[in-house]
Amino acid sequence: MAAAAHQSADLIVIGAGPAGAAAALAASHAGMEVVLLDEAAAPGGQVYRARPAGLSLAPEASGPDDRAGDALRAAVAASSVTWRASALVWSISGAFRVDAVTPSGHESFTAPRLIAATGAHERVVPFPGWTLPGVIGLAAATILLKSQGMVPGRRTVVAGCGPLLAAVAAKIVAGGGTVAAVVDLAGPSDWLRALPKLASRPDLLKQGVGWALKLRQARVPVLFRQTALRAEGGEALERVVIGSVDAVGCPTGGAERVFEVDALAVGHGLVPGSEIPRLLRAAHRFDAAAGGWVPERDGFGRCSVAGLYAAGDGAGIAGAEPARLSGYLAGLAAAHDSRFVDAATVQREAATIQAEQARLRGFAGAVGRLMRARPAMVGAIAPDTVVCRCEDIRRAEIEAAIAAGAREVNQLKHFTRCGMGPCQGRFCGETAAELLARHVGSREAAGYWTGRPPLRPVPLADLLGTFDYSDIPVPEAAPL
Amino acid sequence: MNAMRFDNGFRRGETLSFSADGVTVRAHRGETVAAALMAAGMLGLRRSPRDGAARGAFCFMGVCQECAVHIEGALKRACQVPASQGLVVELRGAV
Repeated sequence: MAAAAHQSADLIVIGAGPAGAAAALAASHAGMEVVLLDEAAAPGGQVYRARPAGLSLAPEASGPDDRAGDALRAAVAASSVTWRASALVWSISGAFRVDAVTPSGHESFTAPRLIAATGAHERVVPFPGWTLPGVIGLAAATILLKSQGMVPGRRTVVAGCGPLLAAVAAKIVAGGGTVAAVVDLAGPSDWLRALPKLASRPDLLKQGVGWALKLRQARVPVLFRQTALRAEGGEALERVVIGSVDAVGCPTGGAERVFEVDALAVGHGLVPGSEIPRLLRAAHRFDAAAGGWVPERDGFGRCSVAGLYAAGDGAGIAGAEPARLSGYLAGLAAAHDSRFVDAATVQREAATIQAEQARLRGFAGAVGRLMRARPAMVGAIAPDTVVCRCEDIRRAEIEAAIAAGAREVNQLKHFTRCGMGPCQGRFCGETAAELLARHVGSREAAGYWTGRPPLRPVPLADLLGTFDYSDIPVPEAAPL
Repeated sequence: MNAMRFDNGFRRGETLSFSADGVTVRAHRGETVAAALMAAGMLGLRRSPRDGAARGAFCFMGVCQECAVHIEGALKRACQVPASQGLVVELRGAV
């Protein structure tokens, strides 16, 4: 049997975005042997995604995110962190053995301490036609724009909530595409209310104003307090119907507008990807402001499971710079807990970090509020709308399962198959839980998906490698 | 053509071509199969398991699995596979 490669370390960090990279660097500088794993080919996560080999950016076109990403990658490369690219972590067991599929096959890593920094994924509240080819996420549009140098379509509607709307629309305009409309769930009063807190980060506010001005210049219609009611088309998107919503995101049934477009970029906020703490049975709590279920942590990111730390958006949505700071604290804590750093050093370094975190909290909170989950939107989903994309399960079927007695999301999963498909409940989970919560009283009562391996779908062939029937040891038969 | 390549400040790698269901698709080194297909106007990648509805790439970050199609005979997420010369893509999913 081909022996799987195995490596031991003092600390394993999963996720090489701002939080994971900062955690790995902090621990490594303190003298720990650190393994840093990420699915991508280079560190940076989603926000500081590296450009793929072959695509390069002219220096005059590079922005603050590009520079921050390059600095992060340079720091990791210059450190003694063992960086393992294209590592798909599919299982974590014990305390802690991490199993991953890498380009060289199936590998495992062990360490007594583990930092989970796996980031967030997009929340999209279902609407009729949202599964049509041509409908993509807001973060997806960002990836197309920044990493592939493409606008999503000839004419795009950009819909949803939060600052990403303006960022995506402005980048589409800059790329020579047409934005038919920006459709914002929020109203001008929501933005005005957020403005004082947004102004606490003048660099980011300036960036946002820049996007808004660009849209103004290009005469892009910006529709406030509106939503994409439905997407229509045959084999792909052909048009989007827009209508008004109230302050909580519920359609008002007013006049509709139709935009003939071939692309719709839609996103309704971000959800923390806390799959690893859940897999390891750490305690969690529901925190709407943080985006959903998050692991219970102390101020340094220590979870309820010994040796496990969580940092970044995966532990609560707060943005890139707060993620870096929380990653640093987690790395520092891991170094202290492993006796590489003394308590006095931790106190000293933590004080500066915590002061900085406090300074950033206002901005993060204001953005979080703009991107918050809007339960009324879920309540308004039409019964025959697909909620679980992977398994084509409609709201009506979920409601029927609840009526039949499903009281908690895992029961709902067993009744309907919602959450059993390849996305493992990442896209339907929020909606299914909210639908259930309407009947059982709260998101807390509705619960969250039980974490089980594999963390991501992996082909069995990748796990077996070159294992074959002839590798099974057959003992010599006992003499008769 | 749906997704459109833009030039502002981007320098693309050399052109290459791969096939999707026998159709030749032009791409540049550095582009993912999913993005290159979108730029070629091939948005429908597979059919959904129950309804048989057309499905295409959705999240572009490897999470939603909507773009999982057969690439060189193995099921892979098209948004994670770099386009390469002569790659053979079948536009069908797991089921």
